[in-house]
Amino acid sequence: MAETRLDTDTVIDIQDLYKSFGDLHVLRGVNLKINKGENVVVLGRSGTGKSVLIKIIAGLLRQDKGMCKVLGSEVSTLNENELRDLRLKIGFSFQNSALYDSMTVRENLEFPLVRNVANLSRAEINEQVEYVLDAVGLLQTINQVPSELSGGQRKRIGIARTLILKPEIMLYDEPTAGLDPITCLEINELINEVKEKYHTTSIIITHDLTCARTTGDRIAMLLDGIFLKQGTFEEVFDTNEERIKSFYDYNFIQ
Amino acid sequence: MSAKQKEHVYTKKIDSALLAVYNGYSFFIRFFREAFRGRMEFQEIVKQCYAIGNKSLLLIGMTGFITGMVFTKQSRPSLAEFGATSWLPSLVAIAIVRALAALVTALISAGKIGSSIGAELGSMRVTEQIDAMEVSAVNPFKFLVVTRVLASTISIPILMFYCTLVSLMGAFLNVYLNEGTSFIAFFENAFEQITFLDVGTSVAKAVAYGFTIGIVGCYQGYNANKGTEGVGKAANSAVVISMFLIFIEEVIIVQVSNYFRI
Repeated sequence: MAETRLDTDTVIDIQDLYKSFGDLHVLRGVNLKINKGENVVVLGRSGTGKSVLIKIIAGLLRQDKGMCKVLGSEVSTLNENELRDLRLKIGFSFQNSALYDSMTVRENLEFPLVRNVANLSRAEINEQVEYVLDAVGLLQTINQVPSELSGGQRKRIGIARTLILKPEIMLYDEPTAGLDPITCLEINELINEVKEKYHTTSIIITHDLTCARTTGDRIAMLLDGIFLKQGTFEEVFDTNEERIKSFYDYNFIQ
Repeated sequence: MSAKQKEHVYTKKIDSALLAVYNGYSFFIRFFREAFRGRMEFQEIVKQCYAIGNKSLLLIGMTGFITGMVFTKQSRPSLAEFGATSWLPSLVAIAIVRALAALVTALISAGKIGSSIGAELGSMRVTEQIDAMEVSAVNPFKFLVVTRVLASTISIPILMFYCTLVSLMGAFLNVYLNEGTSFIAFFENAFEQITFLDVGTSVAKAVAYGFTIGIVGCYQGYNANKGTEGVGKAANSAVVISMFLIFIEEVIIVQVSNYFRI
């Protein structure tokens, strides 16, 4: 497991957060504090609001009630420009990679870079694109289009696209979903490498216990819209709470 | 179903219809807000113009040519009854310039371009590509919607001129084969009756149709949901709604231009 940093600066502060979609109450009073340099894994079954939580953090969704402060700013009260500035510090790796189908890998990576960093020369753009591609080990795919890539490669390119803006916070939505066990391990390693190399604070949304154990400094167990338990992997699963035990057993059987 | 249940169903339908109108209006207003601020994506506009023109050129050319030829053929017997077949070039030109070219171009483009924009943006929405742009601090509305709407507003009038020309060529072929009229005589006769108002009205129509096709396609695609089913629905709605609006605009613009004609 990755080593926990002792820096206590709070990067993400979520208090009493509620979110519903019609009659479906997804988050029912979530509390979570994440310190600088920490990798926090949010574990939970499908449909428990894990992705909703990080979408609120990234400002893609707005909470019904409660507070969600990222780098000291309440996300829901930010205006367009402030939200844009905050998003420059957040990298979001989507569950299905969300690569732009009509662009090559190079264009996918250049897209956020040229629109957010002014006055870059062609040589500087190329250098930065090649650097992040090299960091995820896929420099050879630079001229390919997303449809020519495997699931694991797409995930890596998705991560590379977020890294190009050198984010302070990384949000990973199901980084290992739909991948074979070996590729899962490679992605887990990459998440740890990103933390080491870019000094990021991360939230990793998953229901994969191997991913949680490998990448998480802290595990937060989201069940029925609240965090049932938080702590190290061992602390969370050393419990008599039936719902947590059944989640662990199910993963183990799988 | 009891009267109260029926009332509830109708209220819900009215609510959702009003909400759809409000959302459409907000999207329309947002387009103008975003179009005139910040950096303009010229490269993407040119790319979209090329894609729209390239996609429709052959189809519009063929349809325009056939329309011109068939319209001339169908009009001949009526004029022949009065011994006025020499008026054919003028009649056909008026019909093509005032109505047919703009309408044919718009209807074909609504099917080809509107559905393509709706499906493309819809698919980007359901695969979270639009969200990915947003979280990487890029304005997806400006990059995807503004560029496509502007491209279709610019391209449709150009395609309309092309359709006019090709339709007149179709008409000329028919007149030449039947009456042996020369190329110069045909076009001299054809343009004799065309006024600046006719051309201006056609351009106004084409601009309005182009904007409608672009904005409706983008609205449907940008707001698509429910996975692949939503993508299909977005493409379908983009075609149906833009065709419907095109006919409404046709009626309004014709009324306005007739006011000036008098």
